[in-house]
Amino acid sequence: MTPLVDLGPHVSFIVAAYAIAVAIVAGLIAWIVADHRAQLRILEDLERAGVTRRSAAREEI
Amino acid sequence: MRLSELANPSRFNTLTERVLPWLVVATVLAFALGLYQALFVAPDDYQQGATVKIMFIHVPAAWLGMMGWALMSVSALGTLVWRHPLADVAMKTAAPIGAAFTLICLVTGALWGRPTWGTYWVWDARLTSVLILFLMYLGAIALWRTVEDPSRAARAAAVLTLVGAVNLPIIKFSVDWWNTLHQPASVLRLGGSTIYPTILMPLLIMAVAFTLLFVTLHLSAMRNELLRRRVRTLRMMRAAAANP
Repeated sequence: MTPLVDLGPHVSFIVAAYAIAVAIVAGLIAWIVADHRAQLRILEDLERAGVTRRSAAREEI
Repeated sequence: MRLSELANPSRFNTLTERVLPWLVVATVLAFALGLYQALFVAPDDYQQGATVKIMFIHVPAAWLGMMGWALMSVSALGTLVWRHPLADVAMKTAAPIGAAFTLICLVTGALWGRPTWGTYWVWDARLTSVLILFLMYLGAIALWRTVEDPSRAARAAAVLTLVGAVNLPIIKFSVDWWNTLHQPASVLRLGGSTIYPTILMPLLIMAVAFTLLFVTLHLSAMRNELLRRRVRTLRMMRAAAANP
């Protein structure tokens, strides 16, 4: 069976470069998504505890 | 909408919520097209063979690594000169993203260098100046984490960023000013690109994909930072209420 793409004798360098780039980008995305969820959770906890901004209080009135 | 109207964080959040899904779709489509072109359409280089495929991630990552610091420098001016409400948020959140792209550039460059130059690393002007850029990113991130008050941290980080911006032209012109193992500019140069169109086109598509990824991640990170600042304000209000 012939490979889909022939990457020649330096295949390990090419695959490693793409794999590391994907890993770094995936880590960055995971960190940003996790941070977003964490901040929303903390905000919800604070608001449930009755801590709100003055502007939010005015909006409710 | 005027640019100054975006200075309002809630308006920025509303716009970001609307734009982000489209940006995610555009990024995925650009990467699908770019990777297809890079891996299946672009021919091997007559000298480097298939290792030229590393260029399709190395070069856009290098551009975005530099663009990240340029964006931080513009934001630094926004912080110091105009005290733009979102400028320091933009500056702070661009640092880890720029650092990640610079790291990709350094690692893929080393992996490209071994089969083509016979070494992973040399202390030539281009490689060293990009390594300095990466270290400056780490310094900026550390500075933001060291100073607790965001506005004081922003002013210190803005000064560091503007001083560090001197490194950008050094990176760009290092291959012209000094004798380097790294090749001279072959895309962004006077007289036009020296790359054959069948390799240049996938490279440009990948550059667009990387740019879209950067913008998507940056807007998401800015949204997170605004949430973090709201959390900080609420915690301070709670502390003030507990200790009148």
